[in-house]
Amino acid sequence: MTLILEPNIPDPDGFYDELLCAHEELTDDESEAFNARLILTLCNHIGDREILRAALEAAK
Amino acid sequence: MVAVRYETAFKLYPYEKVPAQSGAVQRHPVVIVGGGPVGLALALDLGKKGTPALVLDDHDGAGLGSKAICFAKRTLDIASRLGASASMVDKGVVWNVGKVFHGEGNLFKFDLLPESGHRNPAFINLQQPYFERFLVDEIRNAQKAGAPIEIRGRNSVTAMKQFDEYTALDIQTPDGPYHLEAEYLIACDGARSSIRDMMGLSFDGRVFEDNFLIADVKMKADFPTERWFWFEPPFKDSGQSALLHKQPDDIWRIDFQLGWDIDREKELDADRIRARVDAMLSSQAGSVPEYELHWTSIYTFQCRRMETFRHGTVLFAGDSAHQVSPFGARGANSGVQDAENLAWKLDLVLKGLAEDSLLDTYATEREFGADENILNSSRATDFMTPKSNVSKTFRNAVLDLAGRHAFARPLVNSGRLSVPCTYDGFDLFGPDTLAGPDITRPGATCPDAPVDEGYLLDHLSGAFHILNIGDGTAISVTSEGITADVINIAAPSSELSARYLGDEPCAVYLIRPDQHVVARWASFDEKAIAAALKNSIGKGAE
Ligand SMILES: Cc1cc2nc3c(=O)[nH]c(=O)nc-3n(C[C@H](O)[C@H](O)[C@H](O)COP(=O)(O)OP(=O)(O)OC[C@H]3O[C@@H](n4cnc5c(N)ncnc54)[C@H](O)[C@@H]3O)c2cc1C
Repeated sequence: MTLILEPNIPDPDGFYDELLCAHEELTDDESEAFNARLILTLCNHIGDREILRAALEAAK
Repeated sequence: MVAVRYETAFKLYPYEKVPAQSGAVQRHPVVIVGGGPVGLALALDLGKKGTPALVLDDHDGAGLGSKAICFAKRTLDIASRLGASASMVDKGVVWNVGKVFHGEGNLFKFDLLPESGHRNPAFINLQQPYFERFLVDEIRNAQKAGAPIEIRGRNSVTAMKQFDEYTALDIQTPDGPYHLEAEYLIACDGARSSIRDMMGLSFDGRVFEDNFLIADVKMKADFPTERWFWFEPPFKDSGQSALLHKQPDDIWRIDFQLGWDIDREKELDADRIRARVDAMLSSQAGSVPEYELHWTSIYTFQCRRMETFRHGTVLFAGDSAHQVSPFGARGANSGVQDAENLAWKLDLVLKGLAEDSLLDTYATEREFGADENILNSSRATDFMTPKSNVSKTFRNAVLDLAGRHAFARPLVNSGRLSVPCTYDGFDLFGPDTLAGPDITRPGATCPDAPVDEGYLLDHLSGAFHILNIGDGTAISVTSEGITADVINIAAPSSELSARYLGDEPCAVYLIRPDQHVVARWASFDEKAIAAALKNSIGKGAE
């Protein structure tokens, strides 16, 4: 497996909306904490260290 | 005069005047400076092999106070080989369960789940002075049986001069100074090593900007024998983290992480400490149980090591060579591993069976071990003391998730408990021609397993051994004057099979005196074993 950098999310506008909705009513600090939890949850799902490393690189 | 820098818990080697203090200067094959856990383990190991060891310590016993409490299986296995573990395990508190809390919440519980088939437990808690005392007890037994070990208490090394072949030492005693010479000088003189200072050698690394208040309290409490660790504890003024852990003699170790900008003097005030301890204990017990403060102190921690542990005929072992933060209990535990790595190599060199260059591998192997310990210990400290806003955000995200989801629990780091390193790819090891289990690959320490009525490690007595499992044909092998005897295991226990055979029907292992696997094969091959044995004492390249 390699890191997917082509479009991969069905209904991108719907997803983006959901992401922002999750932050609604949160203070900046709460949002930051939420993002951290989200990143950790997603990273665990991926698990593969090669892909995670590639993602850390791609996000720079 | 010999300065007294600390109180002792036990007087183990009271000062006695020896004739050498007035006669001609004597040269010793091995002089060990420092009678802490590391110096004592080294002296005992050397002495049992018949190589003379002289220990000099500027005090007359084990220092009182809060130091090591957590001793790991590998240390106990080493102590077993040296004949000193029974009293340690007997006196120590065996524990397996830990609980991690965040604020008011109980995040999760872990169980070290002891594997079956080991003589020694995964961990015991035992005050360091007892550990030292049991080593000295065994040194006394060994001396009676003729082991050439001598300990001179209240002998302080005050100056040294290094020559090509030896080191000259100035020693101060209550009866005045004298001199002696050491073919090999082993500095086991602790984190503030005076030998290191006298040689002008650096000791670089990281200081963690944090203060830890340690209170050892004596109380009869029926808290379970578990390690309790709080991040952001809910009880008043307890700092960033707190720990509660049981020791023998109804003593409990309590730690508070107080932060960097504190007034140490003020924080050591007994009333202030009692207020903190009261808050912690009453939050758990409902009321404040009766207790007394047994010992209190404030520490800052660092992770650092010497660039190299060998400087000619002077070698450094234990805290003098490397220092880690105590989270993970890697200080004394790794120092005892230094001692056992050095003991058999020094012994072979002094007996003329190996070249002096074998000692270079002591340095490279144990520097690698120290780096691994420093890495683990730094990571734990970074988790406990986040250095930036974002690291704190992630840390708290991990804690938050760990309460709800199992996946986050392995990320919680309040210290990764000490395990020995594996010397993967180091010169003295190999080959590996067995498709065997990973845990017993060349470079690894031998895991214990049941053999007949006893245990495998009881058979690995501090010499080279050939472990012949399920293959009928092995004979002892001699190379370069060193003989590896055979331990035949015709009918391996299920644990031994799982750890040493995996899916293979039989296996032959060559094992070093420090119980690390040198090499392994699918069947007995005398020539191959002789070559691996020769290579393992540093004569491979000839
Ligand atoms: C709070 C705390 C908790 C810890 N918890 C643990 C734990 O749970 N597990 C663990 O494994 N480790 C732990 N450690 C670390 C452990 O205490 C050390 O790693 C260990 O003491 C190192 O042993 P050593 O023999 O190298 O040195 P030391 O124990 O420091 O002994 C050095 C000896 O050399 C003597 N000496 C010094 N200079 C001279 C001189 N010039 N001449 C003669 N003698 C001299 C000293 O008097 C001393 O007796 C902890 C440390 C602290 C502070």
